[in-house]
Amino acid sequence: MKKFKGTALCLDRADINTDEIIPARYLTEIDKSALGPHLMEDLELEGFAPQKDLAGIDVLVTRENFGCGSSREHAPWALEANGIRVVIAESFARIFYQNMFNCGMLAITLDKTQIDRLFESAAENFLNISADVDTETITVTAGPDTFTLPFTLTGFEKALVQAGGWVEYADQNY
Amino acid sequence: MGKTIAEKIFDDHRVDQPFAGVNVLRLDRVFCHEITTPTAIQDLKARGKDRVFDPGKIKAVIDHVTPAKDSKTALQGKILRDWARRHGIIDFFDIGRNGVCHALFPEKGFVRPGFVIIMGDSHTCTHGAFGAFAAGVGTTDLEVGILKGVCAFKQPDTLKIEITGALQPGVFAKDVILEVIRRITVNGATNQVIEFCGPVVDAMSMEARMTLSNMAVEAGATSGICRPDAVTVAYLWPFIKDEYKDHKAALADYSRYLPDEDAVYAGHEIIDVTDLVPLTTFGYKPDHVKPVSDMVGTPVDQVYIGSCTNGRIQDLRVAAQVVAEKKIADSVRAIVSPATPDVFAQAMEEGLIKIFMDAGFCVTNPTCGACLGMSNGVLASGEVAAATTNRNFNGRMGKGGMVHLMSPATAAATALTGTIINSSLFTGPAQTK
Ligand code: SF4
Repeated sequence: MKKFKGTALCLDRADINTDEIIPARYLTEIDKSALGPHLMEDLELEGFAPQKDLAGIDVLVTRENFGCGSSREHAPWALEANGIRVVIAESFARIFYQNMFNCGMLAITLDKTQIDRLFESAAENFLNISADVDTETITVTAGPDTFTLPFTLTGFEKALVQAGGWVEYADQNY
Repeated sequence: MGKTIAEKIFDDHRVDQPFAGVNVLRLDRVFCHEITTPTAIQDLKARGKDRVFDPGKIKAVIDHVTPAKDSKTALQGKILRDWARRHGIIDFFDIGRNGVCHALFPEKGFVRPGFVIIMGDSHTCTHGAFGAFAAGVGTTDLEVGILKGVCAFKQPDTLKIEITGALQPGVFAKDVILEVIRRITVNGATNQVIEFCGPVVDAMSMEARMTLSNMAVEAGATSGICRPDAVTVAYLWPFIKDEYKDHKAALADYSRYLPDEDAVYAGHEIIDVTDLVPLTTFGYKPDHVKPVSDMVGTPVDQVYIGSCTNGRIQDLRVAAQVVAEKKIADSVRAIVSPATPDVFAQAMEEGLIKIFMDAGFCVTNPTCGACLGMSNGVLASGEVAAATTNRNFNGRMGKGGMVHLMSPATAAATALTGTIINSSLFTGPAQTK
């Protein structure tokens, strides 16, 4: 199974859409890795410099309705091309959410209080997050602090993540 | 408990229910085009799984940008073409034989009542016009469809939309679907299947039903299904005549997909279209809909007649009737793009192409072209188009451009004046609001 842990970046905005994740002008790219350098290059957020801030990041933490807009699967691919396999948010758009699991990646929904807590921790220290799909918990390390938070997945979502995505799952099962 | 069309199709195709509410369905067709399929092909190759489940059930076309406009789109076409050859996909449509997927595949007889169809294209819902469950999917779902011939879907809730009354002259299926979207909004049917029914749908041709089903996704629906009936059978007859003794036998067979009397629906809308007037969109969302009469006088830079919504022969006939023996306004550029080679040939035979050219239209080869702003009529920033397409999203036909969606009749009339106008001025008595 892929690793779901590492350094987290917090993006403090709701409704980040698929055009902001990967602009439409890159849809003629055939190779997923070609999307990598363009991740979030159109996202306007105070103090956010995509190239610099996304370097070395493994986990994103963000607000409501992440991934709204078109059905393009280029959005999770652009994340994966940068080594980001976990997105933690208050809520997700439906197709983006399904696309994440179809790609064997992990989308975790937490309530606002918990997301606030992650944002507060990140303000002081580097945030390190590791997600355990079996026990459905994330472990957060921020400076001297360590705490865990529970999350829930459906059986199907768990199976997709464990298989490494829908292609692998379907190939094993059908 | 009675069942809807979608539930009956699901029961027929379910191969697994791995978790509650998740249905893995057997696919009758996987449709492919050159924008979303190449990434799926490359990924299958990278995984060492460059296989197809059944080359006879996969149909592929280069339609979005054709002829290729640059080396990137040429490569997308090449990957699809090479893959189709490698796997013996016989129904592969390259330039000269290609047309807009959702117009071409029905015309080739690839769709049947009760089929489950996927494609990496959101307007796949069009094929629901034949009583099929047809849904647009992402690249991974497409990939699995190609490899294994299955796709997972949630158990569908169905929204029944009953169209009653009688359409007035000058009002078309396009106006009906715009009215549906206006009423239920762009999220009105999210995660649901729409079942279109009622006397107005019963009286529609297959072409008009395809226009209706085509835009179901603009209300968020997974699929938009019409009930299979004698009209469906008549359309399909050339393709099914060896399977059935006569029309009656085919109809009896397809009737097993009709909804039960006591089917349970998530919702039921009744729309009486007797007083419906021609409609158009005014903003960047398909539910921003107004009567054409409220938009009269709005100047447009380009008129586009074509696409999977309204590029079929009946659409071209109506538009040609409006522009016959007239000239488009000097201020406007007009483009007509017959959706398939057969539509093009038929339009030539009927003299429609000549009518368009005499009026000052540019006639292009069959392609999606300007519909998605990639080629053949991209708008400049600040320009306005009147189009028979299905999406008016910001920048859809070109960055900074505005698109007003409307019927072919309204679009053709608009080409004549250079401003949005009701086609009734050219075809018959003026419509009142
Ligand atoms: S005509 Fe437009 S909406 Fe239809 S398939 Fe082509 S790009 Fe999509």
